[in-house]
Amino acid sequence: MPDLLIELFSEEIPARMQARAREDLKRLVTEGLVQAGLTYAGAGAFSTPRRLTLAVEGLTAHSPTTREERKGPRTDAPDAALEGFLRSTGLTRDQLEARDDKKGQVWFAVIERPGRPAAQIVAEVLEAAIRNFPWPKSMRWGAGSLRWVRPLHSILCILSDEAGAETVPLTVDGITAGNTTRGHRFMAPDAFTVTGFDDYAAKLRRARVMLDAAEREAEIRQQADNLAFARGWQIVPDDALMAEVAGLVEWPVPLMGVIEDRFLALPPEVLQTSMKEHQKFFSALNPKTGRIEGFVTVANIETPDDGATILAGNQRVLAARLSDAAFFWENDLREAKSGMEAWRDGLASVTFHNKLGSQADRIERIAALARGIAPLVGADPDQAERAARLAKLDLRSAMVGEFPELQGTMGRYYALEAGEPEAVADAARDHYSPLGPSDAVPTAPVSVAVALADKIDTLTGFWAIDEKPTGSKDPFALRRAALGLIRLILSNDKKFKLKVPLEVGLLRARGASLSAKRGDLLGNLASRLKEASHDPVAYADALTLAAKGSDVGVPGKLVAQDLTHSSWSDYTNWENGLDALLSFLHDRLKVYLRDQGIRHDIIDAVLAQEGNDDLLQVVSRATALNAMLATDDGRNLTQGLKRASNILTQAEEKDGVEYSFGADVKFAETDQERALFSALDTAEPAIKRAMQAEDYPAAMTAIAALRAPIDAFFEAVQVNTDSQIVRRNRLNLLSRIREAGRQIADFTRIEG
Amino acid sequence: MTSPNRPRSFQEIILALQNYWADKGCAVLQPYDMEVGAGTFHPATTLRALGSRSWAAAYVQPSRRPTDGRYGENPNRLQHYYQYQVIIKPSPPDLQELYLGSLRAIGLDPLIHDVRFVEDDWESPTLGAWGLGWEVWCDGMEVSQFTYFQQVGGHDCKPVSGELTYGLERLAMYVLGVEHVMDMPFNDPDSPIALSYGDIFRQTEQEYSRWNFDQADTEMLFQHFKDAEAECARILEAAETDSAGRRIPMAHPAYDQAIKASHLFNLLDARGVISVTERQAYIGRVRALAKGCADLFLTTDAAGVAR
Repeated sequence: MPDLLIELFSEEIPARMQARAREDLKRLVTEGLVQAGLTYAGAGAFSTPRRLTLAVEGLTAHSPTTREERKGPRTDAPDAALEGFLRSTGLTRDQLEARDDKKGQVWFAVIERPGRPAAQIVAEVLEAAIRNFPWPKSMRWGAGSLRWVRPLHSILCILSDEAGAETVPLTVDGITAGNTTRGHRFMAPDAFTVTGFDDYAAKLRRARVMLDAAEREAEIRQQADNLAFARGWQIVPDDALMAEVAGLVEWPVPLMGVIEDRFLALPPEVLQTSMKEHQKFFSALNPKTGRIEGFVTVANIETPDDGATILAGNQRVLAARLSDAAFFWENDLREAKSGMEAWRDGLASVTFHNKLGSQADRIERIAALARGIAPLVGADPDQAERAARLAKLDLRSAMVGEFPELQGTMGRYYALEAGEPEAVADAARDHYSPLGPSDAVPTAPVSVAVALADKIDTLTGFWAIDEKPTGSKDPFALRRAALGLIRLILSNDKKFKLKVPLEVGLLRARGASLSAKRGDLLGNLASRLKEASHDPVAYADALTLAAKGSDVGVPGKLVAQDLTHSSWSDYTNWENGLDALLSFLHDRLKVYLRDQGIRHDIIDAVLAQEGNDDLLQVVSRATALNAMLATDDGRNLTQGLKRASNILTQAEEKDGVEYSFGADVKFAETDQERALFSALDTAEPAIKRAMQAEDYPAAMTAIAALRAPIDAFFEAVQVNTDSQIVRRNRLNLLSRIREAGRQIADFTRIEG
Repeated sequence: MTSPNRPRSFQEIILALQNYWADKGCAVLQPYDMEVGAGTFHPATTLRALGSRSWAAAYVQPSRRPTDGRYGENPNRLQHYYQYQVIIKPSPPDLQELYLGSLRAIGLDPLIHDVRFVEDDWESPTLGAWGLGWEVWCDGMEVSQFTYFQQVGGHDCKPVSGELTYGLERLAMYVLGVEHVMDMPFNDPDSPIALSYGDIFRQTEQEYSRWNFDQADTEMLFQHFKDAEAECARILEAAETDSAGRRIPMAHPAYDQAIKASHLFNLLDARGVISVTERQAYIGRVRALAKGCADLFLTTDAAGVAR
C-alpha cells in the first residue's frame, strides 16, 4: 500500500485563502482517486504561505479490474439491433457470447476493464485538480495560460512504499512534477529531495518551515504568552488575527515591543485597531493599569541580532501610525467638546441614499422613532432622542474616517467629552448592535430604544423605496436588521405592538422619498408627522396607547384625515407595504425560532392569530404550544380539534350556515356529549382567563383537559344523525371546541 | 549590521535602483513629461502592458496627488512625490528574486530584516485595469507594490506583465532612518552644498497645497477637462491614414489627453467641487478615454501587430 505526497509550491498565497484551499485540495484529489477505483486509509492537508500539501496514506497500488455483463438482443433479432448493441458496448460480434435465456438465445457482452496503476490515476486526478481549482480569485503569469492563485513554481508528487519512492509522471503547463522542494525563502532556499511524508516534514523543519498551520498558531500563542508573562502582561486573544498571521509565516518568530508613553492616552480600542489593521500586531494588556501597553509582532525569520532590527523597524512604523491616530484623536476631542456642530453640518451633505435623503435626514427620523419607542422600553424619551441625535456624528470624525470599524466606539468617547450622561454615550456606542447573530444585544433602555429605532428606520426606509431583499441579494442587509430587531425585542422581554413604530417609520421614510414630488399624499403626511414629532407628548401617548392594544395611532389618524383629499389606492398601497414588511419580519422570526427548535407550522399557527405584531407574545405562545405538542395529550388534542373543525367546515359549506351558537346540554343524548359540555364549561373560562393574563402554559393546560372528553365524544357519537335538532346541537357543540382552540392558535395549520 | 556601502542620501537610493535594474536588462527610461498620479500612468506601463511584444523598462516617475498635500508639514504625505517603476513583460519566473535583489542593492538585507509578501490586489478604476499581487512589507512597513497585470483598458494582458512600484520617499526614509521627509538628505550630506528634501520641496509643497486646495480656477479646470476629453475622442476617431496615405493611428497623442483628463479630475477633486455621485461619473469618463486608447494601441506595431 503506497503513500502519496503532493506539494504545490507557489509564490505567496493570501493568508485568508489557505484554510479553504487545503480542504479543496484534499477533497478534489481524494474524491478523484476514489472515483477512479482506488481506496485510501487516511488523508491530511497542510498549507504555508508558499505551499499546499496533501498526504494520502495507504493508497491501493492499482484500481481493481472490473467486469460488467450486459444483456443484448436475441440472436435472431434483426441486424440493426445487434449493430446498435455493438456500438454501445464497443465490442465486435466475435467478442459476444450467445447464452440460453427463457425466450431463446440472447447475445451477452462481457466488458472487462483492467485495473490501472495508482501513478497513472494520480497524474490524471492531480492535473484536473490543479486546472479546476476553485480559488476565489486566480491569475495568469508570464506567457502561460494556467491559472493559479499566484505563480505556481513546482509540483512535488511521489508515491512511496517500502521499496522506495517513485515520482509520478505529470506535466502541467510546462511544470513537470518531481521529488524536490525548497525550505524557507531566506533561511534555507536550496532545493532538496524527499522520499515520503515523514521525510518531507522533517526536512522542512530543518529547513525552517513549520508545515502545519495549527502548529504555527500554537507556537505563536505560546511564545507570545511567554513574552507577555515575563512583563506581567496578557495577550488580547484574537482568533481571526491569529489565523491570518499563521498564514503569513513559515517560521513564526514572535517579538514583543512596548508602546511609547506618549500614545498610552489613546483609547485602547484605537491602539488595538490601529495595530491590528495596519500591522497585524497582537495587543498586550497590562492588567494592573487596564491599558494596552505593548504589542507582539510575528516575524518570519530568525536573525543574527535576534530580531533587534526588525523590532526597531516595526516600532518606528507603529510610532508613525499612532502619531496619526493621536492627531486625529486630539482634533476630534476638540470638536466633541465644542458640541460637534461641524460634524452635524457635515452629515447634511452626506447622502445616505438618494431616495432617502442625507445622513442628517436619517438621524431626524431615527430621533423621532427613538423618542416614540422610549416609553415602550422603559427609557427616558429625552435621553433616547438626544442619544439618537448624537449616535452617528462620529461618522464625520477623523478617527472613524481612518478606522470605519470604530464607529460607535468613538461616538461614546466623543459624547462623554461633550458632557453627555453615560446612558446617552453608551447608546451611541451600542445602537448598531446586534450586528451578527452572535453579537451581544444591548440591554440598557436608552441603548435599546436607539438600536430599535436604527433598525426600524433601515427596514422601513428601504421598504418604502422598494429596495427589498430578493433571493440571495440583500444589498442593504435588511435581513440582518430584521434579526437585530427581533433579538433586541426578545432578549430584553420587550412587549409592544410593532405595527405602530413600523407605520411611523414607513410614513416618514416614504415622505422622505417623495418629498421631491411635493403636494402628494405621503409627502403631506410626512410633513404632518414632522409637526407631530414637535409635539412629543401626543406622539408618545399615541404609541403608548397603541401598545396597550388600541389600534388608534397618530399615523392612522393622519391617514384618515387625508383620505378625503387623496386617492384610495395610495392608502391601500401603503397598507400593503406595512403588511408585507410585517410578514418579512415574521419570516425572519421563523428562521430565528427554527434555530431554537420551534417548528415552522407551530409558529404559523400562532402567527395566524390576532396580535401577531407583538413578537414577544408570539414567541411565548409558540413556546407554550410547542411544549404542549410534545405531549401525547397535545398531539391527540390537535387531532380532535382538527377533526371538529373539518366536520364543521363541511357541514357549514353544505348547509350554507355558520354553526357558532346555541349548543344546549338538554339536547344531549349520550353521557359523552354531556361530559364534553361539562368539560367545555370548565375549560372555556379557564382558557379565557389564562389568555388575558398571557399565561400561555396555563391556557395549554386548560385546553389539554379537553383531550379525553373530545376523544370519547368522537368515539361514541355520530355527529350527522337524522334528527336535525340533535345534529345542529352537536355541530354547535363542535363550534365551541373550535372556538376554544382558536383562542390559542390556528390548530388547522399544525402538521401531522 | 550596517553594510559598508549603505546609501546615505535619497539620490543614492535612486541611483542604486537605476544601476540594479539596468544591470538586470531593463531599458532605463526617463519620467514621462506630463502630470500623472502614479508611475503606472506612464505609457511605458499602461500601453506597453498591452499586446504581445516583450518589454522591460525601469524609470523614476514624479507623481502628483493633489489631495495628499499637507503644506509640507506631514512627515510622510506629499502632493508631489516620486515612484520607482519596473515593468517586465512577460513576467519572468524569478521576478520575486529579482525584486529582493533590488532591496539588497539599497541596503535592505532580507536576512536581517523581515520581508513579507502580503496580499494586495491592485485596481485602477480610471485605467480599467487590475492585477493580483502583494504589498511588500519590510519590518511591518509597506515598501513596494508587486502586481501581475491581468487587464488594462478592459483587455486581457497576454502575456502578463510584472509591475513593481516603489514609493521612493517612504522607502528611502526607512533605509536612511529619517523621521520627517523634509529632513531627508537629498544629495550626499557631506557635499559642499548639502541639500535636504525640504530644501528642495518644502516651499513647493506649500505653494501647490495652497493652489490645489484653495486657488485653482475650477471653471477653467472643468473646461480643460472637457477639452481634453473632446480632443482625445477626436484623435481616437481620426482616420488611420494621413494625407500622404500612411497608416498612423495616434494612440499616444490620444493617451496624453486621457492622462490630462485624469489629472484635471484629481485637481477638481482636491478643490472639493466634485460630489460623491458625480465622482463615479467622472471616473467612468476617464476610463472610457483610457479604454479607447488601449483599443487603438492594440492595432499598432508597438502592440505586436504585424504590418
